[in-house]
Amino acid sequence: MSLLHLFGWFDSSAVGETIRASTWLFPVIEAFHLVGLAVIGGAVLLVDLRLFGLGLRSQPVSRIARDAQPWLIGSLLVMLTSGTLLFTSEAVKCYYHDAFWVKMTSLFLAIIFTFTIRQRVTMAEPGRVGPLRSKIVALVSVALWSGVGIGGRWIGFS
Amino acid sequence: MSLLSFCEWLANTPGSIALHESAWGYPLIESVHVLALCLFLGLAVMLDFRLLGLTMRRVPVSEVAGRLLPWTIAGFLIMIISGALLFYGIPVRTYQNIFFRIKVVLLVLSGLNACVFHSTVYRKVAQWDLQPVPPPRARIAGALSILFWAGIVAAGRMIAYNWFDQSR
Repeated sequence: MSLLHLFGWFDSSAVGETIRASTWLFPVIEAFHLVGLAVIGGAVLLVDLRLFGLGLRSQPVSRIARDAQPWLIGSLLVMLTSGTLLFTSEAVKCYYHDAFWVKMTSLFLAIIFTFTIRQRVTMAEPGRVGPLRSKIVALVSVALWSGVGIGGRWIGFS
Repeated sequence: MSLLSFCEWLANTPGSIALHESAWGYPLIESVHVLALCLFLGLAVMLDFRLLGLTMRRVPVSEVAGRLLPWTIAGFLIMIISGALLFYGIPVRTYQNIFFRIKVVLLVLSGLNACVFHSTVYRKVAQWDLQPVPPPRARIAGALSILFWAGIVAAGRMIAYNWFDQSR
């Protein structure tokens, strides 16, 4: 089964059909996706600003990262759920849209990076990670998540 | 001069026509408007969560507010400028859109909520700065802020649809 077949299966699934047939379901799910965007953006930026030496800089990085973590994971779950529903209603359109693939690649890299390298840096004992390394990690994080956001916005422009 | 005729006048200014007709200008500004949500609302919501005692419980409230404020203000300016440009590009249709009107009302309510918070309970922040869960009035302000802003985001998204458009 090719990837296009799989996307076609999503497209013609009952969920996909239902969302497409409804006038208001798609924008309502998108509204949830956007509120989730704000929260995930805040949870990511709070920690990345701190890694840059900005924002809540008198607090240890690990404390800010630990406090932001449940919101990061929670909002990511909201984004993945609402995003999957949106995708299901227009999967074949997504297949042929470059922006979708840019978004998925960035998302894959952003999730891997966030929960491996970035997590190891943010949870390290104070003083164990130099300021330059912290800043590079923050920069990569912001760049990858921006790729997800910009790619996502661009899926809407066809 | 009615608001509608003002919007009609605005729609005929060269800048509005240029923005309306540009192939990439409008989508670009729209993208900036959406993505700046992360900076503005993302950080504002983090303060709201702190007011509700849902995050950074060991960080003083005044520190969260003070340290994040410059970023929130920067984000807000981007939102206001890009939002005003989006309105400027399509003034009449946007003005007649019911969701735009709902959004404006919610923006006013959200501003009032922030004003009340800052001029009452936040004035005495020194007394509850270190409390993991702030006093009820601060929590109410945080909850209302989240509610209003979620409504603003949802209404903003719905401006794209002409359901219930008004003729006046």
